[in-house]
Amino acid sequence: MDALSGLAWLLLCQSAGEAAARLLHLRLPGPVIGLLILLVLLRWTLVRKPVEAAADALLAHLSLLFVPVGVGVMTHMGLVSQYGIRLLVALVLSTWIGLAVTAVVLRAMLRGKT
Amino acid sequence: MQDFVQLWVYLSATPLFGLTATLAVYVLARALYARLDHAPWANPVLWTVLTLALLLTLSGTPYPTYFSGAQFIHFLLGPAVVALAWPLWQRGAELRQRAGAIVLAALAGGAAASGSAVAIGWALGLPPELLRSLAPKSVTAPVAMGIAEQIGGIPALAAVFAVLTGLVGAVSAKYLFDGIGNLPPAVRGFALGTASHGLGAARAIQVDPDAGAYAGLALGVQLLLSALLMPLIAHWF
Repeated sequence: MDALSGLAWLLLCQSAGEAAARLLHLRLPGPVIGLLILLVLLRWTLVRKPVEAAADALLAHLSLLFVPVGVGVMTHMGLVSQYGIRLLVALVLSTWIGLAVTAVVLRAMLRGKT
Repeated sequence: MQDFVQLWVYLSATPLFGLTATLAVYVLARALYARLDHAPWANPVLWTVLTLALLLTLSGTPYPTYFSGAQFIHFLLGPAVVALAWPLWQRGAELRQRAGAIVLAALAGGAAASGSAVAIGWALGLPPELLRSLAPKSVTAPVAMGIAEQIGGIPALAAVFAVLTGLVGAVSAKYLFDGIGNLPPAVRGFALGTASHGLGAARAIQVDPDAGAYAGLALGVQLLLSALLMPLIAHWF
């Protein structure tokens, strides 16, 4: 029951976020504004307890949520394969660069602090 | 046999097929992943996507038919992004204390991933709309689509690049981190969440609680930073 009302809170925040993005012509995507709204609402136990249950369940299966888009990658393989190797090189190398830079910078910053 | 074919034709045209196939294949892939001691190459998303793509090709099922069922899972990405408020709130005190380090690392990593993707793509002679779709690739798919739309990229391609980036990170990050050496789980998780978003974070959540929490934190920070900064930066070009 907690998880269900938690999901209702998540959807309410997302809807509020979508509405705010449209009405105020914000550049942030609706769910991101929803995240900010929820961050404020989490002060209250009434919201926190159900959201905890729903968020834990959703985030534990986060990888499943990418499957439909992933399968959709296959339908766009024409565009991807047109630039095939070059595109893959850019994707893979930049991912490694991003991972390495983040890890090394954070490690250095945290070391400096302690 | 004829009856079976008719039954298949009927079933594969209903939303039931896409939803059932996605869940069933994923559950199997997860079980296999656990059996193989969470080896990065056995990533459940990678194998679920490959299996489903093969299934669709062999049965001649068009993607829209599959998606009519799978959309129920796809829809949950929105609430999942909102749900990231929870790990952020949970580690609020720790986050405020290390705010400088965290924001700087997220900025450096995000800029490095996005900048190097565009630079390498440009050097290899990829067209501008492709470069604009590459820029938001380290952000989770639905947000990447929104950003690409705003900066003149192709949303569907941005989603494709985001998913591929997530998979590359989830499958290969462990080897890269082991190569760099001496990285605590929190740092590994944070890098995964920053440079390969939800798919990287999902991997971190499965491997280590500390890495998972920092991956969720990185996801939230990266989402906010790139949603705020990306349109501004693209505006200058």
